[in-house]
Amino acid sequence: MPADTTGRNQSARPIFHPRHRAVVYQALLAAAVILAAWYFISNAVENLLARRIASGFGFLSREAGFEIGETALLTYSASDSYLRALAVGLFNTFRVALPAILISSLIGMALGLARLAPNWLLAKLASAYVEVMRNVPLVVQLFFWYAVITESLPAPADALSPLPGVFLSNRGFAYPTLAGQFTLALDYPALSGFGFTGGGSLSPEFAALFLGLTLYTAAFIGEIVRAGILSVDRGQFEAARSLGLSGRQVMRFVILPQALRVIVPPVTSQYLNCTKNSSLAVAIGYPDLVAIVNTTINQTGQAIEGLAIIMLVYLAISLGISSLMNWYNARIALRGAQS
Amino acid sequence: MKAKITLNWTSANLFSNWPNTFTTLVIVYLAWQLIFPLINWALVNAVWSPSNASLCRDTARPGACWAFVADKYRFILFGTFPADQQWRPAIVIVSLLALYALSAWPIVRRAQLIAIWIVGLATIGLLMWGGLFGLSYVENERWGGLTLTLLLSTFGIAFAFPLSILLALGRRSELRLIRWFSIGYIELIRGVPLISVLFMASVMLPLFLPAGVSIDKLLRAQLAMILFAAAYLAEVVRGGLQAIPRQQEEAALALGHGYWQRIWYVTLPQALRIAIPPLVNTFIGFFKDTSLVVIIGLFDFLTTIKIALTEPRWTGFGVEAYMFAALGYFFFCYPMSRYSQRLERKAAPGRGISTTTEF
Repeated sequence: MPADTTGRNQSARPIFHPRHRAVVYQALLAAAVILAAWYFISNAVENLLARRIASGFGFLSREAGFEIGETALLTYSASDSYLRALAVGLFNTFRVALPAILISSLIGMALGLARLAPNWLLAKLASAYVEVMRNVPLVVQLFFWYAVITESLPAPADALSPLPGVFLSNRGFAYPTLAGQFTLALDYPALSGFGFTGGGSLSPEFAALFLGLTLYTAAFIGEIVRAGILSVDRGQFEAARSLGLSGRQVMRFVILPQALRVIVPPVTSQYLNCTKNSSLAVAIGYPDLVAIVNTTINQTGQAIEGLAIIMLVYLAISLGISSLMNWYNARIALRGAQS
Repeated sequence: MKAKITLNWTSANLFSNWPNTFTTLVIVYLAWQLIFPLINWALVNAVWSPSNASLCRDTARPGACWAFVADKYRFILFGTFPADQQWRPAIVIVSLLALYALSAWPIVRRAQLIAIWIVGLATIGLLMWGGLFGLSYVENERWGGLTLTLLLSTFGIAFAFPLSILLALGRRSELRLIRWFSIGYIELIRGVPLISVLFMASVMLPLFLPAGVSIDKLLRAQLAMILFAAAYLAEVVRGGLQAIPRQQEEAALALGHGYWQRIWYVTLPQALRIAIPPLVNTFIGFFKDTSLVVIIGLFDFLTTIKIALTEPRWTGFGVEAYMFAALGYFFFCYPMSRYSQRLERKAAPGRGISTTTEF
């Protein structure tokens, strides 16, 4: 904006000249931010001194001293360091968030298509699903699934077995795994005492979190897919049909490639949301990163460092997912269109 | 005649071709299999009255145990508010609902609405705290239940909204420092989960205050939610601002208006009108997110249900309890989401696209 269009009294009072005013405003903001930061930091330093908490990340190498319910592939025991505990937490976050992103994308795609299906019942059913999921908080859904698993499923002794070797009980899910690396023989879970041994297993916490997160995110992705498909001009559909393509081919070669351009950016933010929402794990006791940091803060009092870790990790995850999706977006974008 | 139309509709929408017919039959079959057991469980065999709570444990009679809700409804609605004073939060709930309804009513003018909101929120504060006009003082540790959920979300939005407008303007400002500060704030908050912001408020905030000064738990959580919501709302407001043609601002500039006049009389009213549907969606997301205070132990709608479940008489009825919780949230969110969808359709006729906002 030209500097002298608004300053009506600029010659009379130089302070009202837009350029000077800009300097004053920015200086005021900078001063306010610096003052506030100084005030809070000096308070924090005093409080930390009074509570004898040494600031800094030195605590990471100290012994954690708490057990973690689920460590998946990593080995961990209470005598390991906080750093290792946090690594287990981070791994657990990925362990639930990545499969949830994958499966919810598939379900979301199906939902979006179902909402546009010619079958009235199917379309209404899909839209009812989306409305219910989107209008109920995720925490409530997580509590609900956790209650369903731990209260409504039978004890391991009378576990449901929908497939041979797969057991659903209130202790979680047990499933067969490959017995060795180069064999097709399966290692079946077997009932022993109060639980199953052998094979693989998913805890009720993981199952509830994964189920809740996936079904919830799928509803949002379904809406985005639907909007994306609707954004493709109807003429495209008709033109493709008149070229003799089948309904499936029209979807695959004409509609979806164009719809994806609209779909990818908002879906990226849903993936980010899904990862951030996985932190609700703490509500049902699944040891994700946030839950572990929370325990760490309670034990060591290193609140500032703990939250700094959370922020850095989530910022890194956000940047990672965004750049991955940006790369994909660039691949499917219109050739020659400016990015 | 009518029968023929129904028949036409049915054959066009349910049985137009073989795949379509097959889908219809599969859905009808599954519904047949599911609906009757569900009705039996939820309605026919359900236990409604707390006086026959023992029936809930009867394994021969597989029914839902709604008696739990009937027994605990006061706690779930009002928390531990003194029993003889519970008419106060009851009025608060009703007046908050009235405020929402009034805001969605196009007849009420903007200036009137702002005045009504200020008076309404002040009255609500008075009713909850008391201490004046003969109302007994009730400390906020005793507020709870649905009342607290509504208060947290309403006051959260009411305070976050002005803040978000400033942030959105800051992000579009030509003053570099102000722009950087706004961008930094918005992106930092949007990058982390709400839980970590709540933890920060409940664990870290006391560290940053001088010794001896303390803010109570509810206020800390409310503060965190305001700061959190402001970042998300700011992006919605910015979306609205970006949709205003540049000429609007240039015309106002040509008329000799200063910055704040241009914003207040020209840009902002238009931008906010465009932004209403996504603002409502953000509010729905925020309303749902108040349920996260369960993690830092505030007694909101969800927490009271969770706590009521720990009573020995009612342990093990989590499925019913959380179904009820879901129903409660749905009751508030669904009408709001319909409202925003209707506004969207009005704004962009012919396009059935709804924007979805979520934290």
